[in-house]
Amino acid sequence: MSDTPIDSSKRTWLIATGCAGAVGGVATAVPFVSTFQPSEKAKAAGAAVEVDISQLKPGERAIVEWRGKPVWIIKRTPEQLADLPALDAQLADPKSERKPDEFTPAYARNGHRSIKPEVLVAVGICPHLGCSPSEKYTPGPQPSLPDDWKGGFLCPCHGSTFDMAGRVFKNKPSPDNLEIPPHMYLSDTRLLIGEDKKA
Amino acid sequence: MAEFKEISPNASAGAKLTNWFENRFPTAFDAYRVHMSEYYAPKNFNFWYIFGSLALLVLVIQIVTGIFLVMHYKPDAAKAFESVEYIMRDVPWGWLIRYMHSTGASAFFVVVYLHMFRGLLYGSYRKPRELVWIFGCAIFLALMAEAFMGYLLPWGQMSYWGAQVIVNLFAAIPLVGPDLALLIRGDYVVSDATLNRFFSFHVIAVPLVLLGLVVAHLLALHDVGSNNPDGVEIKKGPKGNRWSPNAPADGIPFHPYYSVHDIFGVCVFLMVFSAVVFFAPEAGGYFLEYNNFIPADPMVTPAHIAPVWYFTPFYSMLRAITAEMMYALVACVVLAAAFGVFKARMPVLFKGIVAVAAAVVVALMLAIDAKFWGVVVMGGAVIILFFLPWLDNSPVKSIRYRPSWHKYVYAVFVVNFVILAYLGVQPPSPVGERVSQVGTLLYFGFFLLMPWWSAKGETKPVPDRVTYKAH
Repeated sequence: MSDTPIDSSKRTWLIATGCAGAVGGVATAVPFVSTFQPSEKAKAAGAAVEVDISQLKPGERAIVEWRGKPVWIIKRTPEQLADLPALDAQLADPKSERKPDEFTPAYARNGHRSIKPEVLVAVGICPHLGCSPSEKYTPGPQPSLPDDWKGGFLCPCHGSTFDMAGRVFKNKPSPDNLEIPPHMYLSDTRLLIGEDKKA
Repeated sequence: MAEFKEISPNASAGAKLTNWFENRFPTAFDAYRVHMSEYYAPKNFNFWYIFGSLALLVLVIQIVTGIFLVMHYKPDAAKAFESVEYIMRDVPWGWLIRYMHSTGASAFFVVVYLHMFRGLLYGSYRKPRELVWIFGCAIFLALMAEAFMGYLLPWGQMSYWGAQVIVNLFAAIPLVGPDLALLIRGDYVVSDATLNRFFSFHVIAVPLVLLGLVVAHLLALHDVGSNNPDGVEIKKGPKGNRWSPNAPADGIPFHPYYSVHDIFGVCVFLMVFSAVVFFAPEAGGYFLEYNNFIPADPMVTPAHIAPVWYFTPFYSMLRAITAEMMYALVACVVLAAAFGVFKARMPVLFKGIVAVAAAVVVALMLAIDAKFWGVVVMGGAVIILFFLPWLDNSPVKSIRYRPSWHKYVYAVFVVNFVILAYLGVQPPSPVGERVSQVGTLLYFGFFLLMPWWSAKGETKPVPDRVTYKAH
């Protein structure tokens, strides 16, 4: 290297200029990264959905789209409801106490996780990694399910199992129960999904 | 600047033309010499050394077929699936270009896995080739990103739900995760916005990164020179061969010796490749999954979803991490820390740091969901490869001179990797879960315990020169 002594004033200015340039570079990156955010159009598409459930028979499920996600409306049979309390010991969060603000609104924080005991309204997306669990209503032994299966849902992606109230079983990849979306009854048979009567 | 070369007026027209160019663009001629005609590779390469060139060939196939596919494909959630069917049915020969591209993706991973295994066998990642290996691992990572984003483009059921699962992996990261996943998707679910940006990444951004990394991989390789099946440094051996007095005696020019050798390999490869493209482009659902011939439906996940075969070993490890498995992992951390504190010889301060770090890790492991740790394990399974040069403590590079039982260790590793891959395509089952948990421990055990096991056993004497029989 050369023997010329270091001009410290020149070096100071070089560092200062470099820093100023870096600030400019970072500032320029902001608009580029910002384009990755959901567009205004995507943000606006979150309106509540109204559903008529008068045609829904016990044991049937209706699926509606809300915010791009499937929302299940299931009319449970009396037998399915009767099986729920007995499962508590096998469930990860039987009383829906984990992150209640995200997964279970206050009016669904009960044994059947619903406003009306027979009608379950749940987002059909597994809290693990976002697959939609398949219906496995038939009780009894079957592939990927335990022998004492009482009916519920099986996530095809990673094998999480849920009971008929969307509560996750212990030791499964999903840490949480299925999300109950905000919803309310406009009349006895008309449901509004996406909004509720917040006090 | 290079000296301007005068040429005899009696020289042939060809020689005059070459000279004209060499005087005006010497860099190209130097590059040809440095990387082809005067790049001296060890003369004892075996068939394992074909896969690097083949990977380059597949890269070219993917780029060329990709350019032609983009001419007909529409990156729009409403039209994407249709446009792929249009390529398959209406574009003249479109089916061939598309099948070449889809088969090329699987071929890329076949070739790259074999190429990486070659490196493992002969210690090609050891000093001074650490950077060659690291660039290679970065290529592997970029390739995974490229394959994953490309798989969304046909907008089939598997495309959609595969992307949904992988993007949600990022949401598992504490604090920033959900916002990060939102930033990747550009919407609250995988949607048109996601498709468009994945298209952009797949056709422009990642290929550029990939090409840059390939150049770095090759330049670094040609700087340090190729390893060989004996793991002997030819540059440290005697000098002088038929072509140059300064070249390593055991080196032969890449061109024409290995270029011809590679052309033979290319012919064999193309036979297999064409057989798949023409007779089994779906490869029984492994290269193109049957569910992907159903258009994406955000309301229903297909009954059985699995990634394409090349991701399945890592996917199995993701699935293996359940709340129960976390106790096994906590036990591993505690054991490792206890070993460090009670058995290893190091200053008390380090022991304190190890104990505290282990306590923090265990606390985090118990506090954060298994879901996040599944993601960490899956990512870690790839990232750990980068550290291989510093994990291997064996006094010799090549498997040829390692203790014989090392071959069994490698065999267990390979069989385990294949079992994990197999389990990844199967639907979840209790037995499969247990096996994949054991497999995950074996996979990480292979790497994390390598500093110990690789140093054990009696090595065989390494020859001074490469072993080579003329044929």
